[in-house]
Amino acid sequence: MNNKYLIISNDLIAKDTYKLIFKGDIQKNILPGQFINIKIEDGYKFLLRRPISICDHNGNYITIIYKILGEGTEVLSKMKAGEIIDILLPLGNGFTIMTEPNKQLLIGGGVGIPPLYLLASKMIEQRIDFKVILGFNTFEDIFLVEEFKALGVEVFVSTMDNSFGIKGNVMDVIKQLNIDYDYYYSCGPAKMLNNLVKTKILGQLSFEERMGCGFGACMGCTCKTKTSSKRICKEGPVLESSEVLVDE
Amino acid sequence: MNRLSVKLPNLDLDNPIIPASGTFGFGYEFSEYYDINILGSFSFKGTTLEKRFGNKTPRIAETYAGMLNSIGLQNPGVHDVLNVELVKLKEVFSKKVIANIGGSTFEDYIEAVTIISQSDIVGAIELNISCPNVNAGGMVFGTNKDIAFKLTKAVKRHTHLPVYVKLSPNVTNIVEIAKEVERAGADAISMINTLVGMRIDLKTGKPILANNYGGLSGPAIKSVALKMVHQVYQAVNIPIIGMGGIMNANDVLEMMYAGATAVQIGTANLIDPLACKNIIEELPSVLDKYGIKNIREIIGRAHL
Repeated sequence: MNNKYLIISNDLIAKDTYKLIFKGDIQKNILPGQFINIKIEDGYKFLLRRPISICDHNGNYITIIYKILGEGTEVLSKMKAGEIIDILLPLGNGFTIMTEPNKQLLIGGGVGIPPLYLLASKMIEQRIDFKVILGFNTFEDIFLVEEFKALGVEVFVSTMDNSFGIKGNVMDVIKQLNIDYDYYYSCGPAKMLNNLVKTKILGQLSFEERMGCGFGACMGCTCKTKTSSKRICKEGPVLESSEVLVDE
Repeated sequence: MNRLSVKLPNLDLDNPIIPASGTFGFGYEFSEYYDINILGSFSFKGTTLEKRFGNKTPRIAETYAGMLNSIGLQNPGVHDVLNVELVKLKEVFSKKVIANIGGSTFEDYIEAVTIISQSDIVGAIELNISCPNVNAGGMVFGTNKDIAFKLTKAVKRHTHLPVYVKLSPNVTNIVEIAKEVERAGADAISMINTLVGMRIDLKTGKPILANNYGGLSGPAIKSVALKMVHQVYQAVNIPIIGMGGIMNANDVLEMMYAGATAVQIGTANLIDPLACKNIIEELPSVLDKYGIKNIREIIGRAHL
């Protein structure tokens, strides 16, 4: 097991948001919704790895998009092309693409959007029809919209401050445009996911939780579901809406 | 004779490397990364009589060179551990394991120990009287020398297996407690469990951990662990399993110099699933570097 990968690029693409492409001997099958766990620097200062979802995968190349949220991601943002990073991958259970429903939606909020890009690419390969709704806080935060459009799908964008697209969050978009859907895939803030579960429409949601290991050993990220306890890193991060407990 | 082998009560270890409880699950999941039979032994996830979900998330926070956890003894309960987890483990592991047992009352501890002692794969009990993340029992038992004495004595009466007692560093005088559990019949001491700490989120102004406080582990606590092992080594005659921030083979040597007969590796497993394998492979060259023929000769060297 060699966990060393070469950084190809690491560029600012939106406010505090970076796109990092790395290369390595990636033998394993990568599913949309799976994540990687990055060691920030050698040494012990930043002890734990940072779990970040996979945005795109092509042969030996993987793309991630991350936001600076603390000191660790700040250091990561300063890494340059040509540097080597230590990564565990792929981790977790990804999205399962459904072929039956014919009005499918991909719903992403902020830094939860990246894993939906690989999902969208795979769904297009399988000739599945779907629409995309992407929510951001403000115009400066917007990323990936052009890339989704380039896939040839219909994309709706909202901003909370009305600086671009439809005003409000992704739920406002669905209401305002009266978008009819019978299945969804989603990743984003906990509140957004909770609102989606409340709709009772079936779908799959990718959850985030503070993790110790990222591969199922420490029980740090366990959540309760209707049926059992699930480790977000191992049985998740993608859970079926029908098993998610609603936070009222 | 194998230059890495060491002996603990009822456990002949090929090497002193033991993954610590709570960082290695029930072992079998690590067998997808390497053959876990190379380990000396391992201490399985803290198990209680009844099934426990543990605390609310977030259960993990980071500190410089360390991490805080407040898992709260999530485990499937001793019956499932005996009948499900250890059965799965046996398919991939042919050595004896250490059964880490927690509880809220004397009766819980005794019943869980009695049940787990039926397993032919368990070589020793590790009595967890030092979990900082549960309200009842746990650390409360391990920070009072009279309770620690009574519980150790009671548990000893209910198992044919040796009892290792895992001590908390969150006490005024760890030596006093070590001496009491030895007097109660403990066969070995595991030390140290985590130190209690906290982090606060600057944006929300609230503690990061849902449980507010959690156990600090990792390189940040190594010097504290060394000092405590060093102190306890001078005061007791039973072997010590040393732990606290061991990340590599150099750290293993340092802990054994302080007085440990074997070591447990905890946090390192969470950063690199191959940590124990790497340490075992690294050990011979580190012994060579310091002119050590076999690892047994360095136990307690710092006291000579």
